[in-house]
Amino acid sequence: MLKISNLQAGIEGKEILKGIDLEVKPGEVHAIMGPNGSGKSTLSSVIAGREDYEVNGGNIDFEGEDLLDLGPDERAHKGIFLSFQYPVEIPGVTVTNFIKTAINESRKAKGEEAMPANEMLKKMREKMSLLEIDNAFLSRSLNEGFSGGEKKRNEIFQMAMLEPKLAILDETDSGLDIDALRIVANGVNKLKSKNNAVIVITHYQRLLDYIVPDFVHVLYKGRIVKSGDKTLAHELEAKGYDWIKEERVEG
Amino acid sequence: MKTEESYLEEVTASEYKYGFYTNIESDKVPPGLNEEVIRIISAKKNEPEWMLEWRLDAFRKFQKMTEPKWPNVTYPEPDLQAISYYAAPKKKKELESLDEVDPELLKTFEKLGISLDEQKRLTGVAMDVVVDSVSVATTFKAKLRELGIIFCSISEAIQEHPELVKKYLGTVVPKSDNYYAALNSAVFTDGSFCYIPKGVRCPMELSTYFRINEAGTGQFERTLVIADEASYVSYLEGCTAPMRDENQLHAAVVELVALDDAEIKYSTVQNWYPGDKEGKGGVYNFVTKRGLCERNAKISWTQVETGSAVTWKYPSCILKGENSVGEFYSVAVTNNYQQADTGTKMIHLGKNTKSTIISKGICAGKSNGSYRGLVKIGPRAENARNFSQCDSLLMGDGCGSHTFPYIETQNKSAKIEHEATTSKIGEDQIFYCQQRGIGEEEAIALIVNGYCKDVLNQLPMEFAVEAQKLLAISLEGSVG
Repeated sequence: MLKISNLQAGIEGKEILKGIDLEVKPGEVHAIMGPNGSGKSTLSSVIAGREDYEVNGGNIDFEGEDLLDLGPDERAHKGIFLSFQYPVEIPGVTVTNFIKTAINESRKAKGEEAMPANEMLKKMREKMSLLEIDNAFLSRSLNEGFSGGEKKRNEIFQMAMLEPKLAILDETDSGLDIDALRIVANGVNKLKSKNNAVIVITHYQRLLDYIVPDFVHVLYKGRIVKSGDKTLAHELEAKGYDWIKEERVEG
Repeated sequence: MKTEESYLEEVTASEYKYGFYTNIESDKVPPGLNEEVIRIISAKKNEPEWMLEWRLDAFRKFQKMTEPKWPNVTYPEPDLQAISYYAAPKKKKELESLDEVDPELLKTFEKLGISLDEQKRLTGVAMDVVVDSVSVATTFKAKLRELGIIFCSISEAIQEHPELVKKYLGTVVPKSDNYYAALNSAVFTDGSFCYIPKGVRCPMELSTYFRINEAGTGQFERTLVIADEASYVSYLEGCTAPMRDENQLHAAVVELVALDDAEIKYSTVQNWYPGDKEGKGGVYNFVTKRGLCERNAKISWTQVETGSAVTWKYPSCILKGENSVGEFYSVAVTNNYQQADTGTKMIHLGKNTKSTIISKGICAGKSNGSYRGLVKIGPRAENARNFSQCDSLLMGDGCGSHTFPYIETQNKSAKIEHEATTSKIGEDQIFYCQQRGIGEEEAIALIVNGYCKDVLNQLPMEFAVEAQKLLAISLEGSVG
């Protein structure tokens, strides 16, 4: 599904990713962990196509197509979804209106008709109950005055509505209390299927208790320095990142 | 029942009128501004003596005035002697089909979602079928007449309802109010007149669209709306379709009178030609709009302004009567080299008067937008209240946005609140939308419409939908 080869990227002339290789297949859950400043958020931004970042080498292949040729909205149409670490506020635009616009713009790009209102409503109800969202939430301005938990829940709600092939969850656990974490993780798990894939970017092992990864990668100084299964996450939680840094130095 | 005699009289009279009209259509007044020209205008319109005197008085006052320089706009002063102040209503050249219309214009119509029939009407394409709007207008007229509502051109009102015109014309915007209002008073050629009788709630949105006499409005438009005691009217002005005009200077005057317990809602969508991308051409729109509220009356101005090269305009309310309410909701968009200095005046004279100002400025390109507002509380205005919110949204780095709020209070019991924000459409916001599959242009439209929501919500439903599309089109290509 996703194949990243020797990806090098940076921002404002500063090199951050120094050759990333990663392959994600349908049905898989990958976790990317790493200390602050290791390049985790850069990686998610580059996959999603944020224009501030410069790609200096390598490529990203998504279902046989070179993603780097596409604009961020076109990537979204292909089925890539990024749950933002800091979702932005859009005053005066309701959650409903935003999601409706997002769904219909994607459909338009694929040459499909707008989703009929009753179908949209039915789908919204279904996904709302999955994420324990009430009606009043839908008519609020997007992310305006939302608590940290509400913002993240809103991200996963949008993901549920858009049904992406590949979802990247960038620090979705940050700012969440344990109940909100459980609801969000539960939502992600219910949306998982053999046809879609998830990349979870996180500092902590906590979220991975709920969303269990098939693979764990450690990102350090712009490179994936270690990969393993979920036990690697436990090891990191117990020992911190220092042993990896040391290992790098020795290696 | 009409007697045969009166019927005959009517027929011959109108024939005469028609004949007289055709006669004068052939000549056009040469450019220039002087008393003689005003006499000609008045004569051509077959006006009564008092109207001519009124015009001449305005002209004499005008001659002692100078063009105001305080607005935050720059433009070459229009040469008033180079303008022809009376041209008989010209018939637009009829086109055979829409194929002959500028494709660029058609594209805009399409984006605005304007129906084919409407497109033909706007571009002057000959129509051989009876268009809906015509029959609708006729039905409407009958209904209005039944209720005693008068809705006609101001020229017609001067002929048919002189007592009303005499009583109210110039009472809200005096002839000498300002330079361009004085000019308008001297030379206005046409406009709209509306009277709602006591206790009548006008059952439909009145629109210049349905005006009986469409011809000859143009440059110096004059509008007078009178809502008698306990009546209600919602009035729509303008059009979202782009309006091109060969006249560069537009100086309209709008007067609203809301008597005791009456309510007037006045909505405007203004989309005059703003000039090209380099700032060449475009309409100068210098408008005076003001309403007077008697006891318990309410006047609400809502405007969406996207057009014109240079705009200055301050729809205002004089809150004379106790408990009267004034509202101003405005979206003003400037792009490319457009300049706008717009806002409102809320003059609180009566006790317990309330006013609300919501102003949303959007600046893009190399444009300049200013909000200028005055809240004045008179000595007798016990417990007057005002709330003002002035927001500006900037797009790109080349534009400027300014806020000039003035507050004058002569009564200590007044409560005035003023909030102001300035924000920029962030790349973060656009990227967020794009990530969800919403393209850049669509994202800007979404963000801008969200920002203007409080104002757009005040517009009648259909107008609001059109206005939303208009905003998006006005800002196309302004980020990136």
